[in-house]
Amino acid sequence: MESLVARAGWWLAALLFAVFMFANAQDTGFAVHMAIFALAALAGLVIALRGTDYKLAAAGRMPVADQSRYDDGLIRAGVILTTFWGCVGFLVGLFIALQLAFPVLNLGFEYTTFGRLRPLHTSAVIFAFGGTALIATSFYIVQRTCRARLAFPALARFVFWGYQLFIVLAATGYVLGVTQGKEYAEPEWYVDLWLTLVWVAYLVVFVGTIIKRTEPHIYVANWFFLSFILTVAMLHLVNNANLPVSPFGSLSYPLWAGVQGALVQWWYGHNAVGFFLTAGFLAMMYYFVPKQAERPIYSYRLSIVHFWSLIFLYIWAGPHHLHYTALPDWAQTLGMVFSVMLWMPSWGGMINGLMTLNGAWDKVRTDPIIRMMVMSIAFYGMSTFEGPMMSIKSVNSLSHYTDWTIGHVHSGALGWNGMITFSAIYYLAPRLWNRERMYSLRMINWHFWLATIGIVFYAASMWVAGVTQGLMWREYGADNYLVNSFAETVAALHPMYLARAFGGILYLSGALIMAFNVWQTIAGNLRREEPLRQAAYDAQADRPLVAVPAE
Amino acid sequence: MTSETKKEPWARHKKLEKNVALLGVLAFAAVTVGGIIEIAPLFWIDNTIEKVDGMRPYTPLEQAGRDIYVREGCYNCHSQMIRPFRDEVERYGHYSLAAESMYDHPFQWGSKRTGPDLARVGLKYSDEWHVQHLNNPQQVVPESVMPQYAFLARNDLAIGDPAARLTALYRVGVPYTATDIKQAEADLKAQADPQADSADLQKRYPKSQVRDFDGQPDRLTEMDALVAYLQMLGTLVDVNAPAAQEDLAKEKGR
Repeated sequence: MESLVARAGWWLAALLFAVFMFANAQDTGFAVHMAIFALAALAGLVIALRGTDYKLAAAGRMPVADQSRYDDGLIRAGVILTTFWGCVGFLVGLFIALQLAFPVLNLGFEYTTFGRLRPLHTSAVIFAFGGTALIATSFYIVQRTCRARLAFPALARFVFWGYQLFIVLAATGYVLGVTQGKEYAEPEWYVDLWLTLVWVAYLVVFVGTIIKRTEPHIYVANWFFLSFILTVAMLHLVNNANLPVSPFGSLSYPLWAGVQGALVQWWYGHNAVGFFLTAGFLAMMYYFVPKQAERPIYSYRLSIVHFWSLIFLYIWAGPHHLHYTALPDWAQTLGMVFSVMLWMPSWGGMINGLMTLNGAWDKVRTDPIIRMMVMSIAFYGMSTFEGPMMSIKSVNSLSHYTDWTIGHVHSGALGWNGMITFSAIYYLAPRLWNRERMYSLRMINWHFWLATIGIVFYAASMWVAGVTQGLMWREYGADNYLVNSFAETVAALHPMYLARAFGGILYLSGALIMAFNVWQTIAGNLRREEPLRQAAYDAQADRPLVAVPAE
Repeated sequence: MTSETKKEPWARHKKLEKNVALLGVLAFAAVTVGGIIEIAPLFWIDNTIEKVDGMRPYTPLEQAGRDIYVREGCYNCHSQMIRPFRDEVERYGHYSLAAESMYDHPFQWGSKRTGPDLARVGLKYSDEWHVQHLNNPQQVVPESVMPQYAFLARNDLAIGDPAARLTALYRVGVPYTATDIKQAEADLKAQADPQADSADLQKRYPKSQVRDFDGQPDRLTEMDALVAYLQMLGTLVDVNAPAAQEDLAKEKGR
């Protein structure tokens, strides 16, 4: 009972604080955000008060969770929200892709310009879709591989829902023009502070669960999750070191300016890729691929070498985003060399994932989830080859500032991150809701092909667009003058932007099919459908040969 | 394979796999090295930022325009960093110097050119061109895919206390003087008002351009601020002056 009073007191204090900040707000964005904070605190207060059985509480008997089962409530919410955020993120992506083909779609409102919606897209897919998937799967995996329930269950709830609040604040902020103006680090100072709180709690829950493990060893997936959580904390704190103009306003200025600001930002930006989108998702690979294939990880040693070399090398690669800029040459070259070296541990991870299928390769034909995992690892390999190649200065001189970069990012994001997350969702949904299998395996197959063909359209059109752009910018005529005006290079890209949007439509349709499939699975339905593969059987031929007398 | 007592390879790694504190400390140590070696020296190696003449902090109006540039996410499509290639130098002007963004909080070098580079766009076009182009880009450049920013001309420039912004910038290292901060509000208004007395403003901020930018002399709008910012981009350092060229020629090992 005391704990209930204390909890309600905390929520009330948070509510009052948010209302106080709201009352003093100096700009609309800040006021809206404080109102959202207040609503969240109010929701927490109501849930705390209404979710209590007062008769039991008065008798001093609070309900205790079943200690013989894993703590999976949050993971169920995570599967649903990952699916939801994925669809939202892809939809916004499709919309801004169409804006680049048809600028009239900017609609003339300040809230719907490409400049404000593009961060909405990147954050929705990286932080909402990817981040929710990472938190949910890390909570699932750390419990299973430690054979222990989550440590600090209340704190775990704070981590999960606090992160969702971060997403809502970030997303509404972009539309309202609340931004720090640094790619993938757009949320303003108070949202950053909130995320810091959530992230520290995340570390505590994750490490706490590892400490109470009953397995002697810490499984390799947890090494990756641990380094992801630690490194993202470091990156977040250093790159978001900002000074607010007023404690009641959204605007702030970063401590770092100019050239130092640029390197800090791309040290952050590249390692958001390296640790958020790579280390964290490799952890998913290290758990779900062996489970679905029912084979052990190919090589233990390769995991060790791959883990340490990957995390050590990745952090150096940032300067390749600043080739030929005003960043000193030595830093650019150092960044390039380490980016090229990074190819090796990346492929070490790819090999470890793919070779895990040794002895189970036939499942690629029969199991659409395995097929999706294989495609995801293949895209990981492809984009981690393309990345080092693009970080070579002479290649970068052509590719930088063009759509080639956009294509590269998407082959990694749609192929690797998207596909491994989809297969994790397909693995988790039937298990978490205690169903025999997904509602429809054929729909998974449809999803697989729609996504794959969508990525092919996306990546191919952006390669062509990027190389076209790069070559047109530097094209000289016989008269020694530049041939193309900038506007001509923009016009030349129109067909490629259409092809890209078509790829996006395919990819989004696949995700919508997944959403339907997950919904039906949760509802407990099983689609009556032909299995994906059956050996041929002909009832007519399945008879003895009876001799027929000659006529 | 000769001795049977050969230790299991990688046995020492097992220690890490059983001790989360050790694993965490080493994993964290591994990821700090690269950042320290690459980033820290930028703060103390002298020639990271060239010493050039002409750099000054932004005027309050320019800074307000810059804040709008950031707010609208212009960096998503426009770079402010000209690379030292023949085609870029001929298209956009002299390659960008580190010094030219030394007062940029945050830096806006950008990573993508859906539109052209803006590092030296200042004074290349007229104010009228900028206003028309921002209102409806397709009217001026039919091939353009830029969004329409007509709302900038409708919105009054409401930034609260300009002195607070300058104070925050001063605290993160921009060398504004006490007079600059005290005069911030007056400077902001004077720069967009050709009738105002701006002699003091122009003395404290050399090369600052004073005029009505948005074609609505009776109003101070967001368009005024943004155009004032665009028109000063790349105009402070005279990179083609003989002295500057001589200095850059001597520059080595950056």
